[in-house]
Amino acid sequence: MSTMQTRTAGDVAVTSPASKRARKSDKSRAEARLGWYLAGPAFVILVAVTGYPILQALYESLFSFRLTAPGDREFVGLKNYGVILTDSLWWRALGNTALITVVTVAVELVIGFALAMVMHKVLGWLRPIVRTAILVPYAIITVVSAYAWQYAFGLTTGFMNTLLGLGDYDWFANKWTALAVICLSEIWKTTPFISLLLLAGLAQVPSDMTEAAKVDGATAWERLWRVTLPNMKASIMVALLFRALDAFRIFDNVYIMTNGAAGTETVSSVAYNQTISRLEIGLGSAVSVLLFVCVLLICFVAIKGFKVDLARARGEG
Amino acid sequence: MAGRWRTRVCTASVGIVLAGGLTACGGSSTASGTPTLNWYINPDNGGQQTIAQACSEASGGAYTIDVSILPSDAAAQREQLMRRLAGNDASIDLMSLDPVFVPETAEAGFLAPIPADLQAELSEGVVEGAVQGASWKGELVAAPFWANTQLLWYRESVAQAAGLDMSKPVTWEQLIEAAQSQDTAIGVQGQRAESMTVWVNAMIASAGGQVIENPDAKGPDIRLGLETEAGAAAAKVMQDITAAGVGGPGIDNRDEAGTANLFQQGGAAFMVNWPFVYAQGKAAAEEGTMDQAVFDDYGWTTYPAMSADQPAAPPLGGIDVGVGAFSENREAAFEALRCIVSAENQAAYMVSDGNPAARESVYDDPAVQEAYPMYDTIRTSLQAAAPRPQTAYYNEVSQGIADQWQPVASVGEDTPTAAQEYIQQVLRGEKLL
Repeated sequence: MSTMQTRTAGDVAVTSPASKRARKSDKSRAEARLGWYLAGPAFVILVAVTGYPILQALYESLFSFRLTAPGDREFVGLKNYGVILTDSLWWRALGNTALITVVTVAVELVIGFALAMVMHKVLGWLRPIVRTAILVPYAIITVVSAYAWQYAFGLTTGFMNTLLGLGDYDWFANKWTALAVICLSEIWKTTPFISLLLLAGLAQVPSDMTEAAKVDGATAWERLWRVTLPNMKASIMVALLFRALDAFRIFDNVYIMTNGAAGTETVSSVAYNQTISRLEIGLGSAVSVLLFVCVLLICFVAIKGFKVDLARARGEG
Repeated sequence: MAGRWRTRVCTASVGIVLAGGLTACGGSSTASGTPTLNWYINPDNGGQQTIAQACSEASGGAYTIDVSILPSDAAAQREQLMRRLAGNDASIDLMSLDPVFVPETAEAGFLAPIPADLQAELSEGVVEGAVQGASWKGELVAAPFWANTQLLWYRESVAQAAGLDMSKPVTWEQLIEAAQSQDTAIGVQGQRAESMTVWVNAMIASAGGQVIENPDAKGPDIRLGLETEAGAAAAKVMQDITAAGVGGPGIDNRDEAGTANLFQQGGAAFMVNWPFVYAQGKAAAEEGTMDQAVFDDYGWTTYPAMSADQPAAPPLGGIDVGVGAFSENREAAFEALRCIVSAENQAAYMVSDGNPAARESVYDDPAVQEAYPMYDTIRTSLQAAAPRPQTAYYNEVSQGIADQWQPVASVGEDTPTAAQEYIQQVLRGEKLL
């Protein structure tokens, strides 16, 4: 929600300064009204389906409440938050989640950009084939891809040990190798998404600018850093934000591959374990609320940065 | 144009009406007045479905049983049932429950109380451990259907070469020594999962201890028996396995199926596991994925003991069938329950699905004896078996044990104490799990 509001505020600030607002005509007011008529129902539904559970989670997080012992429900105030924030498991999970987010998003951005360039440059009959080939992993369900990677690295089912000559090495028994496989799977699966967003950005870079730079004698490397990248900063920020939010909520890959063993818990898996497995609704809701706060924080930081970049990208900064 | 629209709207309404009607039917009864009972089952080889059909036919129109399949692992089955029951789901008439979750389900009031006369009937001739597993606070709350137990499986040739006398009970110490001398492994379940609790509990019970000293207590008041001599003895076995290097490859991610595969492929010449491995080995030999000679080399005996002077208390598992507290067809469900767990059905199920019966008389059935040559070992093991902690907080205790006793190589002298403190903190709501 706050994403939406902040963004709207940002757009208003950029596109309609105070001087224009005074001259707001009947036509623009009618357009605004039409906008609300069109978007209003969706807005209301969105608030109902996201706002209600968020508020409910906030409320439940103040209780000690176990689903199988409804009679023992008790108001405990902020105790659940105290328990979580003083627990090493929470901080370990948060560290793992942050690590996975940073590593996967950084790697995906680089590979995704390269793939976007390929998709952008390929011409003729090869173009649809290349684009489809690059997008295939994204069309696969995460659970399925998680199993595929787990089977590939698994001790009894895997071929990776034979391929790498590692014998009986157990990838999922060590935290770092397990996290590496989880990251690999995540990167393989979602790089196409980021490259798709970057492709849209690449298409927006005016070709006359790159051509002018070329005429001026700029090398390909200079054209990339001085012309292409600055012109698609906005798309890069959008891609980063979307992927970072997505990566921070990582669950499927961890659940399938290690289920949190070998110290690979993530914030989402901790929330799942308290709420769904232990049925401790109060404690679980508190973890979920904290996860939500983390996501909001990422959003806030990214959008603050995003607004500046947006202005700069439009030559207003 | 208008005509076409009218047709579409009409079709749509018919669809909606039909859907509504179907939902109504799905709830409880068909038009003929025969109640339809919904039985939530754990996945098997189709044996429960066959029993459902047989009982429906035998009821003479008193009820029809439909089965719905739950996820494959016990923890996921519990999650689904609990969430439905917490929402007062009336569609659960009958449910197949792992005994370890019976206390939690009963304590929450999700199981319909069984009438006293039926309780007596359902527990008659059933092995003691299975009755205990299906009871909570002195009442039988579910019907024992089948009762599982782990055996010690071994390659006869390897045991012989190691000089082990398998006609007598063996100890973990002897096993570790034998495995080391023959350069082989002992297949144990070292995964961070419920199977770890099965192993730890069996070792503690075999050493004369118990994981929970006051099972009826509420979470914060539960007293654990991990920080005891029995707990230390269990930790010692794990340390010895690590020190001798007989855990085998991938021990930390190995469940029952993984252990069975390791044994089948020759990676381990000893293993502790449920009897399904026999049927699996037989099938592999018939399909040609394993040499018949290897299958002929399969040997079995009762679970390893902790010391020579104290017999083992093997793990106890199985499935109990309970009646949902919110069922609208309780009477019919109790009738169905009586039919499902009858001795004939248990015998047929044991032959078709390889799951040992809870009723002792079934082991005298010639068909059972022919299909399972180890029937007598299973019966003996069931009689000596110790159930896992019977508590409404089993999930916390089990996850806590799995968390602290894993990886196997990290288990040391202080593990029982650390596990005890951790689980008690979790139960008091002071720690995450």
